[in-house]
Amino acid sequence: MTEGGDDERLLEELLAGKHRALARTISKIENRAPGYRDLVSELYAHTGEADVIGITGSPGAGKSTLVDKLAEAYRERGETVGIIAIDPSSPFSGGAVLGDRIRMGSTIGDMDVFVRSMSARGTLGGLSTATADAVKAMDAFGKDKVIIETVGAGQNEIDIVRTADTVAVLVPPGSGDDVQTLKAGILEIGDIFVVNKADRDGADRTVQELRDMVAMDAGDGFGMSGAGHHGADAMQMDDHGHDQGHGQAHDQDPDPHGDEPETWIPPIVETIATHGTGVEEFIEELENHQQYLVASGTRAEMARKRYAEEIRTLLREDVHGLLEDELEDAGGIDDLAEAVRTGETDPYTIADELLEPVEMCLEDLEREG
Amino acid sequence: MSSEQEGESIRCLVAKVGLDGHDRGAHVISRAFRDAGFEVIYSGLHKSPDDIVQAAVQEDVDVLGISILSGAHNTLVPKIIDGLEEYDAADDTLVLVGGVIPEEDREGLKEEGVAAIFGPGTSIEETIEFVRENAPER
Repeated sequence: MTEGGDDERLLEELLAGKHRALARTISKIENRAPGYRDLVSELYAHTGEADVIGITGSPGAGKSTLVDKLAEAYRERGETVGIIAIDPSSPFSGGAVLGDRIRMGSTIGDMDVFVRSMSARGTLGGLSTATADAVKAMDAFGKDKVIIETVGAGQNEIDIVRTADTVAVLVPPGSGDDVQTLKAGILEIGDIFVVNKADRDGADRTVQELRDMVAMDAGDGFGMSGAGHHGADAMQMDDHGHDQGHGQAHDQDPDPHGDEPETWIPPIVETIATHGTGVEEFIEELENHQQYLVASGTRAEMARKRYAEEIRTLLREDVHGLLEDELEDAGGIDDLAEAVRTGETDPYTIADELLEPVEMCLEDLEREG
Repeated sequence: MSSEQEGESIRCLVAKVGLDGHDRGAHVISRAFRDAGFEVIYSGLHKSPDDIVQAAVQEDVDVLGISILSGAHNTLVPKIIDGLEEYDAADDTLVLVGGVIPEEDREGLKEEGVAAIFGPGTSIEETIEFVRENAPER
């Protein structure tokens, strides 16, 4: 096994468009196999072309189906698509059944849609790093669009979709109270809200509730244009006398692209993913958002933030790894925990003791510098 | 948990090919694999050999378990293995077949590249054990 040579060939094959090489690279990333870091750092030079879209929402909201239709629509335009579908894994056995693939039937048999299922594997914050790296691999491979699909259940998932340029949050209809709970974390990350299954009862209400929420979030009705979506506007808070238009800045808005407001107000799109209804509109909004990101300079700022976060996460994980070894040397976490349980010591003391050599090394370095 | 940090998990694709709608076995195996700590991707029903190859390649699975109860194994299984070869994936994918495979067909399938055939009555433990021992080192 000549690791270095193998990885070089892998990289070459990936850049040449060999599917197997992309698949293998993502496995290496997931497994944190030896050499994966060098591989990923080589990938960076070849990235930056793909639009990265994150799709999140509660289980059963229709994420996979919508992603499937989205991929189909992109393929019809001749664009290639990479999909990373993330499912939770069992915290008990570590096993997982990754089921998103089943719902992606429209593009089956089309190798230019590369679907990869990933599980959480219980790694501490590691999944967002792995996802970001897998996105890099797909980007370097030459995918035009990379879609990340994940259940929006917690901080971990939120970190994952943050690797995307545009985040769409799916809200199933009739989830009045759910919309309330969404407020907590998901509202902040949604660039676009999608009310899927729009033919179901309660869809109008859900749209309305989202609209109110977005309006409230935007504050004071300021920059309200664009918050609205089609349909009866009787219930719309039209305090400014606007007839709320159709999505963001693409019809009857007086200043669609002229002096675009600096803030993006999330549009609300209605879709029926199983029939493909509303998918075109969704794509339009995704594109609007991409344009906004570029025009407002947000894209560069986001990229900076993301890389800063990546650097921090990497460092944290590396230090964590170093400390794991320390822990082993100190007799393993179980013994230390037992010592705390029996009252011999406490977690803070242990942490201080374990950190001491690291701190000493750093101090030495500073003195030398 | 610490050593699990580099955690490599055995990845399996449980696949149903062709016009065979009997998926109870595939479901049972999927769950059992999951409980054994494997990552399982289930193909869904009525997939073509090409679909299975695509999924196996993209997901980079260690193990491909094909469930067939229709009697079409002699046509479908070789097609899948040929497809894997096309993508250089045949050598390090452990291909298993489960279902109703007559004794006289087994030798032929093994020559095609199937590592093991699990017929009716095989215990789940036996299958899991086989996967653990034979999943390719990569």
